[in-house]
Amino acid sequence: MKEILSGNEAIARGAYEAGCLVACAYPGTPSTEILENTIKYTEIDSSWAPNEKVALEVAIGASFGGGRALCTMKHVGVNVAADPLFTLSYTGVRGGLVLVAADDPEMHSSQNEQDSRNYARFAKVPMLEPSDSRECKEFTRLGFELSEQYDTPVMLRSSTRISHGKSLVELGERVTDLPLPKLEKNPAKLVMLPGNARVRHPLVEQNLINLSKAAAALPFNRVELRDTSIGIITAGICYQYVREVLPNASTLKLGMVYPLPHELIREFASKVDTLYVIEELDPFIEDQVKAMGIPVIGKEIISLCGELTPGRLRTAFGLPQAAVTPAEKMPGRPPNMCPGCPHRGVFFALKQLRAYVTGDIGCYTLGFMPPLSAMDTCVCMGASIGMATGVTKVVSAEEKKKVVAVIGDSTFLHTGVNGLMDMVYNNSPATVIILDNNITAMTGRQDNPASGFTLMDDPTHAVNIPLLCKAVGVKHIRIVNPLDLEETKRVIAEEMERPEPSVIITNKPCVLIKREDVFQKGPIYAVDEERCTGCRACLKIGCPAIEWRAAGDGSRRGKASIDPLLCTGCDVCRQLCKFDVIGSKP
Amino acid sequence: MSGQIKNILLVGVGGQGILLASEILSEAAMLAGFDVKKSEIHGMSQRGGSVVSHVRYGAEVFSPIVPEGEGDILFGFELMETCRSLPLLKPGGTVVANDLQISPPSVLMGQELYPGGLVERIKAQFADFLLVDGQKIAADSGNVKAANTVLLGAVSKRLSIAEEYWLKALEKMVPAKALDVNKRAFRMGREF
Ligand SMILES: Cc1ncc(C[n+]2csc(CCOP(=O)(O)OP(=O)(O)O)c2C)c(N)n1
Ligand code: SF4
Ligand code: SF4
Repeated sequence: MKEILSGNEAIARGAYEAGCLVACAYPGTPSTEILENTIKYTEIDSSWAPNEKVALEVAIGASFGGGRALCTMKHVGVNVAADPLFTLSYTGVRGGLVLVAADDPEMHSSQNEQDSRNYARFAKVPMLEPSDSRECKEFTRLGFELSEQYDTPVMLRSSTRISHGKSLVELGERVTDLPLPKLEKNPAKLVMLPGNARVRHPLVEQNLINLSKAAAALPFNRVELRDTSIGIITAGICYQYVREVLPNASTLKLGMVYPLPHELIREFASKVDTLYVIEELDPFIEDQVKAMGIPVIGKEIISLCGELTPGRLRTAFGLPQAAVTPAEKMPGRPPNMCPGCPHRGVFFALKQLRAYVTGDIGCYTLGFMPPLSAMDTCVCMGASIGMATGVTKVVSAEEKKKVVAVIGDSTFLHTGVNGLMDMVYNNSPATVIILDNNITAMTGRQDNPASGFTLMDDPTHAVNIPLLCKAVGVKHIRIVNPLDLEETKRVIAEEMERPEPSVIITNKPCVLIKREDVFQKGPIYAVDEERCTGCRACLKIGCPAIEWRAAGDGSRRGKASIDPLLCTGCDVCRQLCKFDVIGSKP
Repeated sequence: MSGQIKNILLVGVGGQGILLASEILSEAAMLAGFDVKKSEIHGMSQRGGSVVSHVRYGAEVFSPIVPEGEGDILFGFELMETCRSLPLLKPGGTVVANDLQISPPSVLMGQELYPGGLVERIKAQFADFLLVDGQKIAADSGNVKAANTVLLGAVSKRLSIAEEYWLKALEKMVPAKALDVNKRAFRMGREF
């Protein structure tokens, strides 16, 4: 049976067909939907971990126990999981283990565009790269077999266009003849102390050589000879663009991008006149081909930055572009926090207090955007607290008071809590605000260890964040209602003054949470247009439900108006109106 | 180059249901026996940003994104977003647009005006332009929420996919209790 599946759906399906027993992940665009699809298969135990390192460790445990395990993350997640990964290549596996790294060339929703393929070489792990959903399913399935056959974890690299693109997939059956998992001791292989690791390392190197030799016969790489004046080595989504733009060129399509099939590359190179490597981001394949002494054109014509598109590929080969209608100049449409989002009040206060805000990653990063404009740094998940401590180490006593870290609940549990330990341990005077909206909102509302539910939607223990902060040693912990602007500002101001570590925790949920006991819409608000003076005070919060209606006479005058379909009744705009003309409709 | 391939772009604002519409379209194309690929960026788009979804179908489709300037049909769910994406369309392409304006943040905050004369601008560039009041027709069909299905109906007339496949796709993708309304909305859009 054929179905249209996204790359992520197909990876989940591939894991299912491979007899995978455990799937573990921390969400991150564009990888998130893989686990949101493995939950459809009751045979797979699917769970969210607090971060990528734990997710990989859970998968490693499942593999060591003898079951097949899938672990997925976005590209930057591999940075967090790198520590176990680099030694996992030495231990190898028992049950097959496939680690999916989903890259985001062009940074559609990421803070950098690192190229995960470098991890395969660095960690000495084979890497597969599918070019459509069909291959996503097949390579995931075969990845488990390869993993067991070569006693190594296997990485599968996806990208935004692969993970979120959809194409046709033929579905297969789940394998049923796998050995049942069962404890088995093998310390020489699984206890990586120096003596054991020294024995394992040469095996890893030999394994990669063997795999490179066997690669020509594996079902991942294929030579397609057409016109031999141009030969192109390519992989992943770039293969599709090459076929689209240069349909007559010969191609060596790599499905395994590490280790490379050296013999196949030499053979292909000898059959074509001019050899190119077409790849997004780093010259990963190109450098290795050049190191083989084969002349090749690559990054001279394809950018190191951003994603490839058919148009960009056409430009690279000097082909004519389609005639393009000139673009109209149009107001931009950047993303915005939802109407009634509990994060707004905090950023409104921080702006008024002229705080220096070390930020973190989540919906609240949008607090950077006007009109709130209250975030000064954002580097990676969990970084806000460490950065706040660092800033206070160098600035004057007066400026130290201005330093505030903001971090979401999911991010705090991901890697923020370690920063807090450091803050208390080394007595930084900065203030931390934990924006606890009860969910991992940015990536599409995933549960986390503090939300009270598992990925399977089963109720579970919720981490008590205030108690956790207390256990870390924070003496001043304040809970605030971020929808109460005055209280929020007052509490933040008091804690900024305090020359000791302090934590403020907000207590209102994300408005998109579907559980009625967690979030319910309030009464809808309206502006009394007769009495609205047009002072624009309510616009300062940036709620998308509030619209400025210009008088239309060319002046700056006008009135505010609230869209009843969008308003969630958070009450924040009412508090901003000095003329008391905003209120809930009876 | 991609002669027999149909290139369709669905554009609008995050939260408008564009992904579902492009899924119904892809499903119908698959049922009609075509190879189909579809691509879009979701992530930040959930927070009300611009959304562009690409659907391509034909005998064999390689790239999941429509090559720049090769769009056959621009299917716009909102006027400003429709205009923004006109450069993706080939000269002589078709525009089917919903007659709806959604203000972006700068307009909501009174810093810019929502641009005027958009309909005229589209008309001036693309002769094959259909403006549909999706909301109104959907209300007439019995459910304002079926506006996207009305628009799909309007677009369907310009594609070589028989009606039966559209209806089958709706059956698969739309919840059972909303199916009748959606089928009616689809037919009203198709007759528009
Ligand atoms: C290492 C890493 N993993 C995952 C992500 C993707 N990501 C960005 S923000 C975020 C979660 C934010 O949740 P939370 O801190 O609760 O803030 P909210 O969005 O709910 O406001 C995730 C998972 C990332 N950027 N980096
Ligand atoms: S999804 Fe939730 S946390 Fe994110 S902007 Fe909307 S209300 Fe705020
Ligand atoms: S009450 Fe005001 S600020 Fe809150 S959602 Fe409604 S319009 Fe927006």
